[in-house]
Amino acid sequence: MSLSPYVPIAGMFILAIVFAVFSVAVAPLLGPRRYNRAKLEAYECGIEPSPQPVSGGRFPVKFYLTAMLFIIFDVEIIFLYPWAVSFDALGTFGFVEMLLFIATVFIAYAYVWRRGGLDWD
Amino acid sequence: MSVNLAQETVSYAPAEGALSSFWLLIALPLVSAALLLLLGRRADRWGHFLGCLSVGVAFVLGLVYFFTLRGLEESSAELTLFSFMPVSELQVDVNLLYDPLSSVFVLLITGVGFLIHVYSIGYMAHDPGRRRFFAYLNLFVAAMLLLVLGGNYVMTFIGWEGVGLASYLLIAFWYDRPAAATAGKKAFLMNRVGDVGFLLAIFLMFATLGSVDFEDVFNGVPTLSEGTVLAIGLLLLLGACGKSGQFPLQAWLPDAMEGPTPVSALIHAATMVTAGVYLIARSHEIFSANETAQTVVVSVGAITLLIGCIIGCAKDDIKRVLAYSTVSQIGYMFLAVGLGGAAYALGIMHLLTHGFFKAGLFLGAGSVMHGMNDQTNIRRFGGLFRYMPITAVTFGLGYLAIIGIPPLAGYFSKDPIIAAAFARHGWTGWLFGGIALLGAGLTAFYMTRLFVLTFLGPKRWTEDITHPHESPATMTVPMILLAIGSVASGFLLSLGLVDYLTPSLGPETEVEHGPLSHLTVTLLTVGVSVIGAALAYLLFRRGTALEEQPARSPLVRAARANLYADTFNETVFELPGRLLTRALVYFDNRGIDGLVNGLAAGIGGGSSRLRRLQTGFVRSYALTILSGALVVTAALMAVTFGS
Amino acid sequence: MEELHLPPIDYAAIAPLLLVFGAGCVGVLVEAFVPRAWRYRVQVPLLLAGLVAALIALISVADKRVSTAGGALAIDGPALFLQGGLVALGIVSVLLIAERRVERGGAFVAQASVVAGTDSDRRQSSQPGATEVYPLTAFALGGMMLFCAANDLVTMFVALEVFSLPLYLLCALARRRRLLSQEASVKYFLLGAFSSAFFLYGVALLYGFAGTMSFTGLREAAAEAGSEDTLLFLGIAMLSVGLLFKAAMVPFHVWTPDVYQGAPTPVTGMMAACTKLAAFGGILRVFTVGFADINLDWEPILIAVAIATMLVGAVMAVTQTDIKRLLAYSSIANAGYVFTGVLALSEEGVAGTMFYLVAYGFTVLAAFAVVTLVRDADGEATHLSRWAGLGRRSPLFAGLFTVLMLAFAGIPLTSGFTSKFAVFSAALGADQVTLVIVGLISSAVLAFPYLRVVVLMYLSEPAEDTPTVSLPGVFTSLALVIGLVATIGLGVVPGPVLELAEQASSFIG
Repeated sequence: MSLSPYVPIAGMFILAIVFAVFSVAVAPLLGPRRYNRAKLEAYECGIEPSPQPVSGGRFPVKFYLTAMLFIIFDVEIIFLYPWAVSFDALGTFGFVEMLLFIATVFIAYAYVWRRGGLDWD
Repeated sequence: MSVNLAQETVSYAPAEGALSSFWLLIALPLVSAALLLLLGRRADRWGHFLGCLSVGVAFVLGLVYFFTLRGLEESSAELTLFSFMPVSELQVDVNLLYDPLSSVFVLLITGVGFLIHVYSIGYMAHDPGRRRFFAYLNLFVAAMLLLVLGGNYVMTFIGWEGVGLASYLLIAFWYDRPAAATAGKKAFLMNRVGDVGFLLAIFLMFATLGSVDFEDVFNGVPTLSEGTVLAIGLLLLLGACGKSGQFPLQAWLPDAMEGPTPVSALIHAATMVTAGVYLIARSHEIFSANETAQTVVVSVGAITLLIGCIIGCAKDDIKRVLAYSTVSQIGYMFLAVGLGGAAYALGIMHLLTHGFFKAGLFLGAGSVMHGMNDQTNIRRFGGLFRYMPITAVTFGLGYLAIIGIPPLAGYFSKDPIIAAAFARHGWTGWLFGGIALLGAGLTAFYMTRLFVLTFLGPKRWTEDITHPHESPATMTVPMILLAIGSVASGFLLSLGLVDYLTPSLGPETEVEHGPLSHLTVTLLTVGVSVIGAALAYLLFRRGTALEEQPARSPLVRAARANLYADTFNETVFELPGRLLTRALVYFDNRGIDGLVNGLAAGIGGGSSRLRRLQTGFVRSYALTILSGALVVTAALMAVTFGS
Repeated sequence: MEELHLPPIDYAAIAPLLLVFGAGCVGVLVEAFVPRAWRYRVQVPLLLAGLVAALIALISVADKRVSTAGGALAIDGPALFLQGGLVALGIVSVLLIAERRVERGGAFVAQASVVAGTDSDRRQSSQPGATEVYPLTAFALGGMMLFCAANDLVTMFVALEVFSLPLYLLCALARRRRLLSQEASVKYFLLGAFSSAFFLYGVALLYGFAGTMSFTGLREAAAEAGSEDTLLFLGIAMLSVGLLFKAAMVPFHVWTPDVYQGAPTPVTGMMAACTKLAAFGGILRVFTVGFADINLDWEPILIAVAIATMLVGAVMAVTQTDIKRLLAYSSIANAGYVFTGVLALSEEGVAGTMFYLVAYGFTVLAAFAVVTLVRDADGEATHLSRWAGLGRRSPLFAGLFTVLMLAFAGIPLTSGFTSKFAVFSAALGADQVTLVIVGLISSAVLAFPYLRVVVLMYLSEPAEDTPTVSLPGVFTSLALVIGLVATIGLGVVPGPVLELAEQASSFIG
């Protein structure tokens, strides 16, 4: 069996699990317990926590939308890097292909723009 | 038995001349059925005439082809219409075969079929669905003709399923009766069991011989191993048992009597139920090549004929008695085709004579019901001879024919079968001969009971019937014609049928003699029948109680419960199936129905509760997928490292 | 610096793909720039034109057998046949999706993510539906076509995601029973993502094993490797899980009934017909090209999966009370029959499988088309008890549905018989006797639920509130006629299509 190269990996997994379990288990035992109002509130990445319905509520979908759009165009830029690096070697073919790729992304961009995806309200 | 058969090659001549158009036989009723269904109400007024006409013309054509075939030397005509499934090794054509065996079936189907069509005009006169009824009848005739004219097993199977479908439609024709609907379903499902057998046989032929053509299969039989031949034979037999209502798949046939009576006459007496016999006779090269397969066929026939007789004695419903008598008569046919050799032709002969007298008996029963407000309980008949003379006489002739009184049809066909059973070598001859003989006595008993309780003795009618009437001419004329057939067909067929069928069924025409001479067997059979009939007459000539009396012996109880066939099916097939289903349902989607029902109850209120439920389910689904993946991996690991 | 070899691209061979994706892209632009009132009238002809053009392009390149785009795509017989089937079935699906007469505004709502039961949700239920469904459908179909032609693992994964994502969204757009529809979408998405992860993990392991992504390279590497290579067998197992999920084989079928029930019926039809076809297209290629010469005994496991699929699908169908769930379980069982053809691992098996997929697709689309028509005040009446007595109310549609049920049950002279015959005889040719016997038994069991529907329609008294069958619009009528003609036609004269499938049954590479 050729499982031997995986033994270190398995060891690392075990180590990670042990560490995580240990930290979580030990923290309440060793740490001081001082509760105040601010500590019991939801933490929202620096934003003042907005009042929310009791059942848990929902996060405004606009955040997701913006985040997704960012990822899409971010990924596009990442694709442009290697092409830019080897622009010479790829020649006209690469240029045309890249134009097609950008055009495709711009179709999506046009859609998002025209249908109000970029408006916050 | 048949030793030399296998060495002779089977080959069918291509169709020429007049015979090259014999596909018309199937096309005529099929087109008529399509017209009747598609034209809808527009055809209501003349639809039944078109239905009759198409079958009538098919019968005339059948006669023309019959005489053309007699004039030919090869005695067969094969017609390839087009290629059905052309995939390199899987070559199935749409081809038809017309040979002596098919030709007699064509005449039986179209002839009896035509009479029953005519009878139905009167019988269904007041039914609003008459056009639809004729469309289904036509469809049935077309499918049945395809079954007997198919030139390979796939074509036969297509016809086979077609008749099953048409019979389902016809049994459930009166769909407002729950019993009819259930019976239709039962027939369809039990037939499916048989069909699986038939299909497996076809696949097996294809896998071992690379073809499903009759010619190739029959010529290839000697090259197969004994086990394969046995397997093909038994699988074909399973199919045949399903369609012909033989043990252990006999339970659907009597229930099928819920359909309109002409249907019972056409499908469940004269034609479709004999398809199993046709299949075995057609495949005689396969069955003759394996003695075990033959023994199984004989045993099935013998068991069934006894079952049919015993239950027939205990039933009070006129159509059910006839249905069980059909079961037992087909048992005789299976017995005959299982015996092999010359008895193949005897089985076919009994099939033909049975077609006449059983169709006549059913039409008679229909006529009685027609005059008695659809009463079917023979305890509430009696004394009808005076009111329905034509029905009584035609029914009586059919009755005498079925119990084998010479010189009526049944005598000529059943008697030789019993003799052939006795001629089987060894102790099995005595066993099967004895059973056949006992069956003859029992048949005489319950048929006499039926006849006496219906037509003779005191009136025991229900109050609402004041004056039973004879049926109209469209009903009586077919009955008279069938009665003539019941009288004369046996003698006529005994003159030449066996020789005529030789090209299809092999050259042996001499029935061997067993330990008992033919004369002895004849005397025994007639004697036993007369005793059975006399006993029944003495018991029932004064009528019987109006209600079913509590059974005194376990045999009667068992017989009334159809020998527990339904109970058996339920415990052996339905129960495990139901348990399995329930278990699977429990594990697979325990909460889904609750979820759906909850949704129906009200989307607004319970929405958050439902949402919580849903996430649970996705989790459990993911868990199923994960464990599936683990099982697949583990299994792969096991086969990899385990070996 | 090493010189780059630019891969030659056979544009004629991939023209059908480009046409379908192009139709999708133009569709997105239409959404962006065409006024709302005109979108429906532009989108439907556009997509249909794109699909018809793709079909014509496919016919014109029907004899091509090339590997193009640097070996990423194999435009060979099976790819072309399956793409043809996909486009043909896709056209019928689009006809169903485009229907707006049966339900005012179409079967879709404008926005998938609006919370069910809120005011805005109620408002959108009376507005015309989203026209984005057409480009989404185009991308889904294009992805499926790509999936059938993908000749390496990465292309295959990209194609898998391309056709899955639009489907997740389409599932959530049902106009009625919003909650059920959204639930279906979320389930499909989560479980789909889960199985994609398996697939991707399998791809990674196999790359680690072979050092190449292409199926041919994989086969060569696998033929040499010992049977105990961990990477290889783990990779195969993971990859299989991903593929079997898409094909809805037991035990990876759990999503099917819920999703089929919740999704808008036209989309359900498309999933049952097209997604199934694409998934098996991929399976055929992976198993007959990638792992053909493998020195690993994985057949028994797949046989077990096939048997379980046939049995569970058939048995579970018996107890269903919802017509869409019933059809879902029947599609699971049918996946088992198709897999029987795959496991024949022969050219007859490939031909039979492809024929089965196309024949089944037409029948199942027609069946779902009938489902869209049986309606009451709350939309489609899918509970079986509501179908009672339908045969008396509208004999035409009940008759039509009966023919389709008979086809599912495998009655001769329908495509159900010829296709089952083709796969089972191929499997028997490869000595898979057990599979065939189980298949026949399972199809005998499966006849029962179909029959129950027929019995219900004809043999029950129509209740006071029995739903009526809406008069279909032109699109649905056309879809129904095409489905019915294909079902009967492939049953009576299957010859030409079977021959076509046989000529197209050998993979390249």
